[in-house]
Amino acid sequence: MLRFALRRNLQIVPTVIVVALLIFVIFSVVPGSFAASLFADGKRAADPQMMARLTQELGLDKPLMERFVTYVTDLARFDLGTSFRTRQPVIDLINDRMWASLQLAIAAMVFAVLVGVPLGFLAALRPGSVLDTVTMIGAVSGLSMPQFWLGLLMMYVFALQLNWLPSFGYGDGSLQNLILPAVTLGVTPLALLARTTRAGVLDVLNADFIRTAHSKGMSEAKVVRWHVARNALVLIVTTVGLQFGSLIGQAVVIEKLFAWPGIGSLLVDSVAIRDIPVVQGTILVIVLWFLIINTAVDLIYAAIDPRIKQE
Amino acid sequence: MTAPLLDVRGLKVAARLGDRAHPILKEVSFQIMPGEAYGLVGESGSGKSVTSLAVMGLLKKPLRVAGGEILFKGQDLLQLSKREMRRLRGNRVAMIFQEPMTALNPLSTVGRQIAEMFVLHQGKGWDEAQRLAVDALASVRVPNPDRRARNFPHQMSGGLRQRVMIAMALACNPDLLIADEPTTALDVTVQAEVLRLIKELCAERGTAVLFISHDLGVIASTCQRVGVMYSGCLVEENETQALFGDPRHEYTRGLLGALPRLGSRSQHGRQRLVDIDSIISDRSKLTETRFIAPRAAEGGQP
Ligand SMILES: Nc1ncnc2c1ncn2[C@@H]1O[C@H](COP(=O)(O)OP(=O)(O)OP(=O)(O)O)[C@@H](O)[C@H]1O
Ligand SMILES: [Mg+2]
Repeated sequence: MLRFALRRNLQIVPTVIVVALLIFVIFSVVPGSFAASLFADGKRAADPQMMARLTQELGLDKPLMERFVTYVTDLARFDLGTSFRTRQPVIDLINDRMWASLQLAIAAMVFAVLVGVPLGFLAALRPGSVLDTVTMIGAVSGLSMPQFWLGLLMMYVFALQLNWLPSFGYGDGSLQNLILPAVTLGVTPLALLARTTRAGVLDVLNADFIRTAHSKGMSEAKVVRWHVARNALVLIVTTVGLQFGSLIGQAVVIEKLFAWPGIGSLLVDSVAIRDIPVVQGTILVIVLWFLIINTAVDLIYAAIDPRIKQE
Repeated sequence: MTAPLLDVRGLKVAARLGDRAHPILKEVSFQIMPGEAYGLVGESGSGKSVTSLAVMGLLKKPLRVAGGEILFKGQDLLQLSKREMRRLRGNRVAMIFQEPMTALNPLSTVGRQIAEMFVLHQGKGWDEAQRLAVDALASVRVPNPDRRARNFPHQMSGGLRQRVMIAMALACNPDLLIADEPTTALDVTVQAEVLRLIKELCAERGTAVLFISHDLGVIASTCQRVGVMYSGCLVEENETQALFGDPRHEYTRGLLGALPRLGSRSQHGRQRLVDIDSIISDRSKLTETRFIAPRAAEGGQP
């Protein structure tokens, strides 16, 4: 198990290197430059002198190869460069936002798991029941509802009408500020989890070994606890992992709506003004997040399913 | 005259699809004496598995019992509450299924899966139950039972898994073991071993067996009496020797006639396989006749 974990963790390193290279290549060939975006207001051409000065200042006049070497050597020292706009180290910018993003993603996921998994489970145990029907209709609605609209609705109801919760802002990380954005962000994974859990449990219930369990004279509750739960967990963990990974990206809309200082909005803002170092750094961090989640999922798999360690 | 252990009387099972009930078992009656091995043969879809599941009380929607009685030690299983039925199931009546590959939980050690029996029916703690599970594995002649108990099903061969199933089914020393094609999924050499194991263990412990198979050879070598099922009816029943020597029912004759025989070849060096439908004349009339031989032990009473 330990060896498996170690090997799985080491696999992250080459992936990160490849991704870093890809990011660099992509952003050296995309059209448009930070300098141009800073000066162009769409009416007049930018002042060429100013452009040249800025380009030189930012080191964008150096040959591609040289820039690449600098980028890689800096990266090896965990230096993600300096923002074109704010002239702050990118790592600091990300650092400021990372915690808020993690908070939001984790809170959303916890909410989704705590509500979605039990609902899916109960729905599967009583297919066709009122609970099942309501859950599945709810899940479809949850999946098809635009997030910003849901967010606005939540704001309107819980912040404006009921005045229970603050409508936006980070509020120095208070739990109250976290609730509305987290719940809004959590609705999609919740709906997905409820559905996959239900499908997964139904699948397990049809398995031959469940018939065996019944033939032993086990009560329904024991069958579920001893034989269904663990087997259904495999599918649930997959879904949680996939959702968790993409949550940071999905969070952009929510971050904008609730003025939440997350990494998603940092990325979008930086792309808009071609602040390449920040874009590169943010993407790298998001990729790293994906990889860590994936590794965690694989390790959990191996812990649940004895067949995986063997390969 | 001893009382039968299992006495199935006029069992009817129907499948409710929409608001129509389709008959699946039309009329199944048979008796199994304590310690007796009873064989059930018949073509695919004749209702052998449904019969065994009905006895176990494991019929799932849309199937349900539509009539008859299933007397076990004189008590009608159909009248028992769910709870009473659970106490019997696995404990007094146990079952082995056809597919050893999927009949065990892949995420749980086989030792634990056997141990569950002792926890469920004998109120043992897990530690003691695990020890008893090792003994149970030893009793089905699994080598290294200590180590094997910690194995997961995927680490075992089909034959070993079926032994685990047998150990599990016999764990609580049931009075009746139902074996629904327990060897069909295994290769031939392993089949013979597993068969012998079931036969010997049940004989040792005085466990009665309801043995279901397509394979007439298997039935002939295992069972004292045989029932032949056709299309939801038990159409003929007799002592094994008598039935094979003198099949009375047209369907049974067809079934036996369709058997390939070793050593009987035509002049071309090949044996023609006979299609059962070329032997029996009219399938629609088959369920109208019954040949239930009186049991010798009962002194000729039908
Ligand atoms: N869930 C079900 N719904 C409807 N019909 C069913 C169901 N299960 C079984 N049947 C029908 O009941 C009949 C008997 O099935 P059963 O499985 O008992 O046959 P069998 O004799 O065990 O055959 P095999 O030798 O293939 O195992 C079949 O015609 C089958 O179509
Ligand atoms: Mg069958």
